[in-house]
Amino acid sequence: MTPAAAILLSVFIPLAGAVLIAISGRWPNLREGVTIVTATLLFLAVASLVSTVFAGGRPQATLIEMLPGLPLFFEVEPLGMLFALVASGLWIANSVYSIGYMRGNNEANQTRFYVCFALALASTMGIAFAGNMMTLFVFYEALTLTTYPLVTHKGTPEAMRAGRTYLGILLGSSIGLQLLAILWTWQIAGTLDFTAGGILTGKVSGPMVGVLLLLYMYGIGKAALMPLHRWLPAAMVAPTPVSALLHAVAVVKAGVFTVMKVVVYIFGIDFLRDSGQNQWLLYIAAATLLIASLVALTKDNLKARLAYSTISQLAYVVLGAALATRWGVIGGSMQIAMHAMGKITLFFCAGAIYTATHKTEISEMTGLGRLMPFTFGAFLIGSLSIIGLPPLGGSWSKWYLMLGAAETGEILMIAVLMLSSLLNVAYLLPVVGRGFFLPAARPASVGAAAAPARGGIQEAPLFCVVPLCMTAFGCVLLFFFADSVFRLLEPIVQP
Amino acid sequence: MIAAHLPALQIVVPLLAAPLCLLLRRGALAWGLALVVSWATLAMSAMLLSQVLQDGVISYALGDWAAPWGIEYRVDSVNAFVLLIVAAVGAVILPYARRSVAHEIPAEQHSAFYTAFLLCLTGLLGVAITGDAFNLFVFLEISSLSSYVLIALGRDRRALTAAFQYLVMGTIGATFIVIGIGLLYMVTGTLNMADLALRLPPLGPNRTVLVAFAFLTVGASLKLALFPLHIWLPNAYTYAPSAVTGFLAATATKVAVYILLRFFFTVFGFSFYIGALTLQNLLIPLAVLAVLVCSTVAIFQDNIKRMLAYSSLAQIGYMILGIGMATPTGLTAGIVHLFNHAMMKGGLFLALGCVALRVGSVRLESMQGLGRTMPWTMFAFVLGGLSLIGVPLTAGFISKWYLVQAALEQDSWMLAILVLVGSLLSIIYVWRVVEVAYLRPAPPGAAAVREAPLSMLIPTWVLIGASIYFGIDTSLTVGVARQAAIMLMGGTP
Repeated sequence: MTPAAAILLSVFIPLAGAVLIAISGRWPNLREGVTIVTATLLFLAVASLVSTVFAGGRPQATLIEMLPGLPLFFEVEPLGMLFALVASGLWIANSVYSIGYMRGNNEANQTRFYVCFALALASTMGIAFAGNMMTLFVFYEALTLTTYPLVTHKGTPEAMRAGRTYLGILLGSSIGLQLLAILWTWQIAGTLDFTAGGILTGKVSGPMVGVLLLLYMYGIGKAALMPLHRWLPAAMVAPTPVSALLHAVAVVKAGVFTVMKVVVYIFGIDFLRDSGQNQWLLYIAAATLLIASLVALTKDNLKARLAYSTISQLAYVVLGAALATRWGVIGGSMQIAMHAMGKITLFFCAGAIYTATHKTEISEMTGLGRLMPFTFGAFLIGSLSIIGLPPLGGSWSKWYLMLGAAETGEILMIAVLMLSSLLNVAYLLPVVGRGFFLPAARPASVGAAAAPARGGIQEAPLFCVVPLCMTAFGCVLLFFFADSVFRLLEPIVQP
Repeated sequence: MIAAHLPALQIVVPLLAAPLCLLLRRGALAWGLALVVSWATLAMSAMLLSQVLQDGVISYALGDWAAPWGIEYRVDSVNAFVLLIVAAVGAVILPYARRSVAHEIPAEQHSAFYTAFLLCLTGLLGVAITGDAFNLFVFLEISSLSSYVLIALGRDRRALTAAFQYLVMGTIGATFIVIGIGLLYMVTGTLNMADLALRLPPLGPNRTVLVAFAFLTVGASLKLALFPLHIWLPNAYTYAPSAVTGFLAATATKVAVYILLRFFFTVFGFSFYIGALTLQNLLIPLAVLAVLVCSTVAIFQDNIKRMLAYSSLAQIGYMILGIGMATPTGLTAGIVHLFNHAMMKGGLFLALGCVALRVGSVRLESMQGLGRTMPWTMFAFVLGGLSLIGVPLTAGFISKWYLVQAALEQDSWMLAILVLVGSLLSIIYVWRVVEVAYLRPAPPGAAAVREAPLSMLIPTWVLIGASIYFGIDTSLTVGVARQAAIMLMGGTP
C-alpha cells in the first residue's frame, strides 16, 4: 500500500464503516463486529504510515481542488502521525468498551450512536493528516457536527441544553473567530500550507501578531481555553464512551492539536517567541490550568470532575505551545498522547462504575474499590499518570514542559506546573482512596438490605473491564517507550 | 441552424407553451407539457452558457432588426449564468410541483397554475437574456404579473392580501424602473443597453441621468426586496403554494439582483457608479442592516416558511454587500452567492413543501419528531441549513469565504465581522428547527406521518445535493462568477 493510499484510506475506512454500520443496524452483533473491524483496519492503515514518517518521509495526498490555490490536501507529519495513532488505537479499545456500556445500560438508538462515532473518527483522521489550514478547518467543523448527535444522544431536555452549549460555543467560535483568522492569514500570507518554520514571518508584526494569535486560540474552541470551556462539562451528558473517546481524546485533542499546528506551522515557534506575543497566552493557559483544577476539586459528580480535569490538562498543551520553545512543544505534544491514554482510562472506569452500580457521585462510591478492584486499580494507574508520577507515561510530558519553562526562565510557570500536579493529587486520589479504604456506607435502616455482600467481586461486564485494564497498561507502556514518541516528535522542532 | 437561434428559442418556447397549457384544460396534461418545456429550456440555457464560455458574447438580433433599433438579445457570462440558474430551478421544481400542487390547489385551477408558472419562467428568462432596457421592463412585468397570480393561488386566504401587497409594491418598483428607462431614453435616444453604455459617459454629470439612476436603483431594490423595501416578501413567500415559494425564492429575487448588476455595471458603467453617487455608502449600510435585522427577525418566527423568507432577505443582503463593495472579489462573492443561495434556499423551501404535504402545517410546533418520521426530508433541511450557516463543504461556505475575503482586501474589518455575525445568527434560527425535529418526540395523539413521495424528495435532494456539490467543487460557480465579475468591472475576461 502506498503512503498516499494509506492516508486516503484512513479517512475513507471510517466513512465506509459508517455506511456499513447503518446497513447492519438491525443485527446488533454484526453491527458491533463491523465497528471493531473498521477500527482495526483504520489502525492498521494509520500504522502503516509510521515507518515512512519515522524515516523522515512526509507522505501527501490531494483530494480535490476546492478553491483556486486551496485544495483539500493531506500531509502526514510527526504531530499528526502521533495524534492519528492515538485516536485510531484507542477507538479499538473504545469500540469494545462501547459494547459493554451501551448494552449494559440499555441505551436507545445504538445504530445512530455507532454511525456518528465512525463519522467522528473520519473527521478526526482528516484533522490529523490535514496538510493545510483549510483542510483542517473543514474536518474540524465536521467533527463538531458529527459529535452533536452523540452529545444529545439521550434526547432529554438536559441533553438538548447541553447540545446548544456545545454547538453554540464550538461552531460560534470557529466561524466567528477561527475562520476570520484563517482568511486573514490567507490574505497576508497567500498560502495556508503547514510549513516548517511558519508562514507568517515578515508578513505581520507587532501587536497584530497578538490579535491573530488571539483569534486562533479562541477560535479553536475545542482546546477549551477559559472562558470558552463551558461546552466540555456540558458534553458530559453524553454516554460515557463518547466522553471517553471524544471528549477526552478525539475532540479535545483535535483542539489542542490544532493549537500546536497553528503555533508550529503557521506562526513558527521562533517567530512567535521573538514577537513576544506569546506571553498573554502563557498566562491564560496557566490560569485555565489552575482554575480548572480548583473547580474540579469542588465537583462531586465523577464525570464533571474528570471534565474539569481535562480542561486543566488541555491547558498544559496550550502552555507548551505558548512557551514556543523546543522542549515546550515536545512536552505539549507528548501530553496529547499521554493524557489521552490516562484520561480515557479514567472515563472508562467512571462508565464501568456507572454500569455496575449506577452511581455517578464520588461521595456515593465509598467502598466500591473492594467490589470492583480492577476498575479502581485502573483508576489509580490512570490518576497517577495524569498527575505525572513515574513509572507512568504522564511523567514525561510534565518533565519536558518543565524543561521548556526552565529553558525560557519562566520560573512562575514551573511553579504553576508543580502546584497543578498537587491539585491533581487532591482531586483524583480521593476517589481511589474512598473506594479502597473507606468502608462501604452502611445506612442502618433502609439501604442495608441493598448493600452488596462483603468480599464478592461485582465488576462491570467484561467488555467494559478488559478495555480499561488495557489502557491502564498502556499508561505504563508509554513510560517505557516514551523514547520512540520523543524520536517521532523531535523533527518538528528541529531548526 | 437551430443553435444560432438559441437565444430566441430560450424565450419563445416557454412563452408559446404557456397558453397551450391553458388550452389543454386537464391539469396532468398541462403539467406534462410544462415539464417537457422546462427541461428543454434548461438544455438550451446550458448550451448557451457553454457557447458563451467558449466563444464569448452572443448577440442576437430579434427578427433581424439590427441592434440599436431592433431588440437585441445579448448573452454574456453574467446572464448566461443567471439563465442557467432560473432554468435549472424551473426544471427541478416542475417534477416536484405535481404532488405539491395537487395537494394545495383545487384541480380546476391546475392548468391555470402551469400557465402562470411558464409565463413567470418566460418573464424571468426574458429579463435575463434581453439587451434592451424597455424589453427588460416588459419581461419584468410578465414575470411579476404571473407571480402575483401564483402567490394568490395559495391555500390560505391571506395569500390574497399577500399577493395584493406584492402587486402594489411590485408595480411601484416596475414603474420606477420604467421611469428610469424613460429618462435614459430622453437623454440618449436609445434603449439598447450596450448603446446606452456608449452614449452615457460623454454626457458627463447630467441631472437627468442621475435621476434615472436613482429611479432604477430604487425600482430594482424594491423588486429584489432590499431592506427596508422588503415588506412584501415575507408575506408573499409565506402564503404562496410551496412549489411557488421555492421557485420564486430561488429565481425572482435573483433576477432582480441581476437587473441591479446590469444597470450599475454595464449601462452606467463602473466609473459612474463609483464616482457620482458613492452608492457604496448607500448599498453597504443597507446590506449590513438587511443581514443583521432580518437574521434577527428570522430567529423569532414560528412559521418556518416565514423564517426562511426573512433568512432570504438576509441572504439578499449578502449579495448586495458583495456587489456594493464593487471590487472583483466582492462581485464574485455576490454572483457566487446568487447561485449558491438559489440552490440552498430552493432546496429548503422544497423540503418545507414536503412537510406541508404530509403534516399540513409548517409551524415550528408541528414539526416535532419529524426527524424520525420524515428522515430524508428533515436531513435535507439540515444540510440546507448548514449551507445557510456556511459550514465548510457546503456552497454557503464558498460565498462567505469570498465575501469575507473581499472585505479583508479593503481592510474593512467591520464588514468581515458582520458577515460572520450573520452566520452565527443563522446557526440559531436553523438549529431551532433541528432541535424540534430531532430532539422532541412527536406529540401524543398526532396523526401518523409518512415520508414524502419520491417525486418530491428527489427534486429537493437535487437542489440540496447541488448546494453540497458546489461547496466542494467550485470550478464552475467560482470560475463563471469571477469571469463575470471581471467583465462587469470593465476588464476583458
